[in-house]
Amino acid sequence: MQIKILRSETNTHQSYRLPAGEIPLLSALVYIKETQDATLTFSAGCRASVCGTCAVRVNGREELACAYKVKPGDVIEPLQYHPVLRDLKVDKNQAIATLKKGTTWMQQFQEASLSHEDEKRTEKQTDCILCDSCYSACPVFAVNPDFLGPFALTRAYRYSEDKREGDAKTIIDNVQTNGVWDCTLCGECTAVCPKGIDPKMDITMLRGTSLQHGHQDPSFSSQNFGGPDFGGGGFGFDPNGGF
Amino acid sequence: MIDVLIIGSGGAGLSAALSAKEAGASVLVVGKTYPTNSQTSMAQGGMNAALGNMGEDHVALHIQDTIKSAHGLCDEDMVRQMCGDAPQTIAWLESIGVPFSRIDASGAVGGQHPTGTVAQRQMGGASAKRACYAQDYTGLKILHTLYDTCLKEKIDFMDEHYLLNLIVPEDTIKGATFLDIRTGEVKQINAKSVVMATGGYGSIYHGFTTNMYGATGDGIAAVMRAGGAVSDMEFIQFHPTALKHSCILISESARGEGGYLFNEAGERFIDELKPRDEVARSIFSQMQQGQRVYLDVRHLGEAKLMELLPQEVELCKLHEHVDPASELIPIKPVAHYSMGGIDVDHALEVNGIKGCFAAGECSNAKVHGANRLGGNSLLEITAFGRFAGENATKHSIYASSKAADDAQLQKDRTEIEAIFEKEGNTNFYSYRESLGNLFYEKVGIVRENTQLNEALEEVIAMQVAHQQMGISDKSQTNNQNLIEFLEFKNALLLAPTIISAAIARDESRGAHYKVGFEEENEDFKKHFVLQWKD
Repeated sequence: MQIKILRSETNTHQSYRLPAGEIPLLSALVYIKETQDATLTFSAGCRASVCGTCAVRVNGREELACAYKVKPGDVIEPLQYHPVLRDLKVDKNQAIATLKKGTTWMQQFQEASLSHEDEKRTEKQTDCILCDSCYSACPVFAVNPDFLGPFALTRAYRYSEDKREGDAKTIIDNVQTNGVWDCTLCGECTAVCPKGIDPKMDITMLRGTSLQHGHQDPSFSSQNFGGPDFGGGGFGFDPNGGF
Repeated sequence: MIDVLIIGSGGAGLSAALSAKEAGASVLVVGKTYPTNSQTSMAQGGMNAALGNMGEDHVALHIQDTIKSAHGLCDEDMVRQMCGDAPQTIAWLESIGVPFSRIDASGAVGGQHPTGTVAQRQMGGASAKRACYAQDYTGLKILHTLYDTCLKEKIDFMDEHYLLNLIVPEDTIKGATFLDIRTGEVKQINAKSVVMATGGYGSIYHGFTTNMYGATGDGIAAVMRAGGAVSDMEFIQFHPTALKHSCILISESARGEGGYLFNEAGERFIDELKPRDEVARSIFSQMQQGQRVYLDVRHLGEAKLMELLPQEVELCKLHEHVDPASELIPIKPVAHYSMGGIDVDHALEVNGIKGCFAAGECSNAKVHGANRLGGNSLLEITAFGRFAGENATKHSIYASSKAADDAQLQKDRTEIEAIFEKEGNTNFYSYRESLGNLFYEKVGIVRENTQLNEALEEVIAMQVAHQQMGISDKSQTNNQNLIEFLEFKNALLLAPTIISAAIARDESRGAHYKVGFEEENEDFKKHFVLQWKD
């Protein structure tokens, strides 16, 4: 079978021939590199969907290369909204910086005896492997590169909901600008997450918590009161327009 | 000059970074990938600590089990320290927010203490339910929480820098040289202390290992080149249950939770909760008799499987087309963990290199001996990672801040340039595959002196052939072909140390099993330490 891979040097799709049979895309990439073209560049790690290294786009949809079975005619491209370093390898530093901006960590530990139910409340969110699939699929980045994005907001939700967190307010405060209100709730992130995480729902929940902490939807306030722009509208795009 | 340079950004490196920073040191973590890509993410089953949340347990029992599994090759003081530190290490992980699986307070013996509701599961070779876990994502969730905490503490990271060599004039560490993978530039980083946290060498068994592609023992090879000691290199743990076709790990917790092993005749042939060396050998022996071997977890039921082993269920469906709730899982034992590594003293300081410390799988702190217990590696990386960070900080206080000259840097630059200039190169990838096959076949679960000697000859032939090998990708930037070439070179450096130690060890002990010498021999109750002398 044949697949096409976007090469960064020429900015064209290059065809490669693979033996017939079912193999993960990552094995196909390794096969090409070992036997046909050592210049083909991609990132690889655990082969088992847990290290978050190998996400790419297949026919326009984000997939972990190690978990996707190659089909004839597949078109393989790097993640979106990440600077391409070479071929399928991207620079993730800008995406990772959203974790710092969102201060997505335990702010202030307080002792709390957690129950099985408490574990379940954020079990899914802590399955995140930082593969950046959701970041690549998120259309908000096309208009607002400063958006915190799905994985950072899911992580913010995960810590803010932890009973051991003694200062959830700081996290909530830090996801207001370019954060929870800038999401369009389109659900692309949820659709592509290889671990079945639902950032859209997490963001919806964070909006609720934000209101409880006295924040409000900035587009609502600006529409009604002509108040200052709290972010999100700075690029001539109002993600909540019509709401 | 940086106080503490940490090389490797997995669980051990991040734990070391946090403790060094806490102790007041300036810290830089340098890794060849991003921190959360590291192999720690793959640890599934759990982390041992004698909390006694699920019934009676004591640190003394944890120590006893670990020593028993080590088959006489551990340092009992180090085992005592690691097991003794375990409960407080869990408390520390709890304080940074690790989302451990929980039981309700009503069912917990541990009572109202914050870690009293941390759930604990049975692992092989353990006399109690001792492994704290987070479903079957324990390593992933510890690693990511450590990373979040590093961001909080403003730890500096340099990602995608590949370790070339340690700078060690007069037996004292002064820093290291790295290849910046993105730019292709060779750099020198000066530091007063260094912590090696570079992982194991399981990927020598290329194609027959649960390990990730990058587990090539780079740090261990660098320590050897710099004159430091390595030890117990022949002890490689084979995990009993990897998926048959993809070598992807199915956690020991599958057996801990009650899974059975069957051969194709439908017979159970081993107590599934024996230590890994015994179970792996027993499966291997079935396979030698032409039997296929399966893991059976059907009787646990779908609900329990999704609760306790969600990752395993997915991996089986994806890579083996098997639904564990209704079908048998085809398995085989493959290389999983390197017990041996950089030889360290009681402070985790590398023997032969002052000011250089090592923690985690790259080190041989002599806590696992001839066979590691499941649940003790996550404990080692966190407890000893922190200990290494503290000791490296202490060393940095009195270390000279005079930087080394650039002799190593110039040497490494010349060497990288030479790799680029070499023409007519033999493809090394086929050799990488051959080395993996060779090791699984002849330096595997059951060893034999004739085969070991053959393997050594073949490795030496490969080292000779290596002079003709090179890279066909000549790009200066983002050259993964070059990185894999350098990794393979390290594998070829470590391979003979494993084989020669295996040849010398005419006995069977833990993970090292030799035909003709099937018993433990008191004369070999010792470590083989290897060190290059100029």
